Amino acid sequence: MKKSNQIQFSRRAFIRTSALASGGMLIGFNLFTACKDDVVPPKELIDLSQLNYNDFNAYIKISPEGKVTIFSPNPEIGQGVKTSMPMLVAEELDIPWEDVYVQQAPLDTKNFKRQMAGGSRSISLAWEPLRQTGATAKQMLINAAATKWGVDATDCSAKQGLITNKVSGETLGYGDVVNEAATLEVPEKVTLKDPKDFNIIGQGKNNVDIDEIITGKPLFGLDYKEEGMVYACVLRPPAFGQELESFDDSAARTIEGVIDVVTIGEKVRELLKKEDLHWSVNIGSSDKVVVIANSTWSAFKGKKAIKAIWKNTSPLESSEYHSQELAKVIDSGDFNTLREDGDVKQAFSNADNILERTYESTFLPHNCLEPMNFFANVTDDKIHLVGPIQTPEGSADTVSKLLDRNKEDIYLEMTRMGGGFGRRLYGDFVYEAAEISDAIRKPVKVISSREDDMTTGIYRPPTKYKFSASIKDNKVTGYHLKEACINGNSWPQMSNFFPAGAIENYKYDIAQVNSNITAGAWRAPITNFLASAEQSFFDELAEELKIDRIQLHKDLLQNVKGTTDERIQYSPERLEGVIDLAVDKSNWGKTPEDIYQGFAVYYCHNTHVAEVADIKMENGYPVVKKVTVAVDCGVVVNPLGAQNQVVGGVIDGLGHMMYGELTFKDGVPQSSNFNSYQLIRMNQTPYVDVHFVKSDIAPTGLGEPTLPPVGAAVANAIYAATGQRLYKQPFMKYFKPEALKA
Amino acid sequence: MPTYNLKVNGKLHTVEVESDTPLLWVLRDHIDLVGTKFGCGIAQCGACTVHIDGVATRSCVTTVSRLQGSEIVTIEGLSENGNHPVQAAWKEIDVPQCGYCQAGQIMTASAFLENNPNPNKSEIRSAMKDNLCRCASYNSIEKAIEVAASKIK
Repeated sequence: MKKSNQIQFSRRAFIRTSALASGGMLIGFNLFTACKDDVVPPKELIDLSQLNYNDFNAYIKISPEGKVTIFSPNPEIGQGVKTSMPMLVAEELDIPWEDVYVQQAPLDTKNFKRQMAGGSRSISLAWEPLRQTGATAKQMLINAAATKWGVDATDCSAKQGLITNKVSGETLGYGDVVNEAATLEVPEKVTLKDPKDFNIIGQGKNNVDIDEIITGKPLFGLDYKEEGMVYACVLRPPAFGQELESFDDSAARTIEGVIDVVTIGEKVRELLKKEDLHWSVNIGSSDKVVVIANSTWSAFKGKKAIKAIWKNTSPLESSEYHSQELAKVIDSGDFNTLREDGDVKQAFSNADNILERTYESTFLPHNCLEPMNFFANVTDDKIHLVGPIQTPEGSADTVSKLLDRNKEDIYLEMTRMGGGFGRRLYGDFVYEAAEISDAIRKPVKVISSREDDMTTGIYRPPTKYKFSASIKDNKVTGYHLKEACINGNSWPQMSNFFPAGAIENYKYDIAQVNSNITAGAWRAPITNFLASAEQSFFDELAEELKIDRIQLHKDLLQNVKGTTDERIQYSPERLEGVIDLAVDKSNWGKTPEDIYQGFAVYYCHNTHVAEVADIKMENGYPVVKKVTVAVDCGVVVNPLGAQNQVVGGVIDGLGHMMYGELTFKDGVPQSSNFNSYQLIRMNQTPYVDVHFVKSDIAPTGLGEPTLPPVGAAVANAIYAATGQRLYKQPFMKYFKPEALKA
Repeated sequence: MPTYNLKVNGKLHTVEVESDTPLLWVLRDHIDLVGTKFGCGIAQCGACTVHIDGVATRSCVTTVSRLQGSEIVTIEGLSENGNHPVQAAWKEIDVPQCGYCQAGQIMTASAFLENNPNPNKSEIRSAMKDNLCRCASYNSIEKAIEVAASKIK
């Protein structure tokens, strides 16, 4: 069987150990690369900032009491890696989970290696190195105990933090031998556990921050405070296409608590001339007015009191314009071909019949519940940055260029994030915080209001798809996908997703429409709408062919089995596996009369997913009652966390397909807060029934892949109930407007 | 600037703030209780929910001048050791994903159960509809409230 996207892992040594002066052992390791020969972890853990994340991107400390602390600078955005990654270490080290403590470590910015959350890749990258590290530490502890007892290491075994001398029956705790173990050579080779012996991996473990979350402890960027810190709010242009002309701050300065009003933008503008950063700078390079105050409320009030005049510097776009441009490009544009197999033109000219459908999506804001914010303290000696960011290293790098400072001056700490969804991949708010603190030379927290957050975003771009299939002798002979997208496009590997390889004549074309509205990654980039469009098309295609929709997929997947095409990203067997599981668990085709079902299957982010939506029509509106999800993500590391990710992805996807829409009029976003933008709420939420395929294959990510298929599952169910096909997001627009109120 | 005496989690705090300052920012910026979260500022998301005289209230639109003499309870004061039945249920079900909205969810749920200790599913779904969870942990919240109700009994 072809394995999709196998992670390459170097077996060269990536672990170094040292004995801590205070007792115990510190193991430094690198998740992604081999360690250089001359590097060792520090002998003393005085202060977390001294951990060097250049040579090692994570550390484990085993104390003389046998307690284990894992220091990881990997950002946590709610996808659970702060729990699931330590589980991998603890499993192979073989210690009770209760003895593990995870500490979010700061990022040392000296030539750091990749540290980011995004693309659902954290767990697949960490799977092998983290277990190897745990197993290596365990072997060193065993070796130390064996030396103490004067027996061979093979006569000893370790379990749950205890080493047993199999000859004498004596036992020693890990803490009893940790000082000796720290001085031993790192073994060349260690054996990893057989998956059937796992006793932590595969067991549901609580989110490691659960106690802090449920008692309201400071965890998030917005909660961070320092002595002498001031608050800043940034006034940005109200429309995309505008820049600041002038402003009057006299009223703002009279507001109690307002300390100062400054402008920023110059430094970002200079940097934009040298660096291609347009994708990470929201609302262009205008000057921005910043109100500095001694409290958040005063800063908010001060910002409202600024009287600014804006000038138009590029066309002010509206949603109708975006729609027209997408249509123009889809019908006549120049395309880049990402993949072409066979002869699509020939297949279409020989066809008995051609099915052609178009689908269109809208702009979407991320709406992380914690609005964008960041702390910066720029002094002559150093730059201290603290807050929620998915790309700490890239952002720190940009700040060093922005302020023309050495990277070594920058010390960035990551906080827990109140949602990411792709928005916190972009460091615009980090640059703003740094530029403001540099200007006022004070520790400052920059805070967006909800309105700032929603109206000056980096949005999911609208996309239009045209799918065409040629049919000959009731078989699909050709497939042509055209994509027109605003400020973005499919990534090349997406052209190797299903149905690539399954249809002889195949073509995947992309074209971009340029806009001055910033667009970027949004949970499951591109596939968040592509899957919905594609799987709606396949539903119609099956109907056109008068074949059962499940059977159509199975027939096509047969063509991919045993393929030698290395580009194909998905596994036909694993897709078939999730299809069968979803069909079985959803009682496909056997539901009560008033329940209508829709089916979708999709591979993305290395994970295979099938979903069945059950809907009921109530007073003329479709109500999604249940979504059955079958997931093949390899080994399920933490079933509790995995369940949360899967359910969250499905409901998030459903909510946005049903209600999500950000329109523009003359460059101005037409929604600015949750009274004018609808997010799904509990009373609109279906029950999500989750089933994982049992697997020993290395785990793949879960933060994104269950979101994309749900739109099609629901659209196809709505068709089954009403005969209405849905080609445009949001779906609720097809129903009476009262439905939007909920 | 006016001075206000606020009773928060059983303790008296004296703050000097403008009269239009929302309780949310008094808690966060002046009393250092940051468990109550800012989400929207217009009482649409529920992240800032606290109890005022036992009633679940949006602190982002409740100005400080209205609160003299009121009993204010925030997530930090809901229980002594984080063991209120709702908190215990949240832990048991492992509700949070990013966790940002959860203090508000817990405050809404605990006030709701106080008034209706034995709710059915549709009562739970209706009572919680004004609290947004962007990670969409709604299935787990619903389940956790059922668990909490059974603990209260």
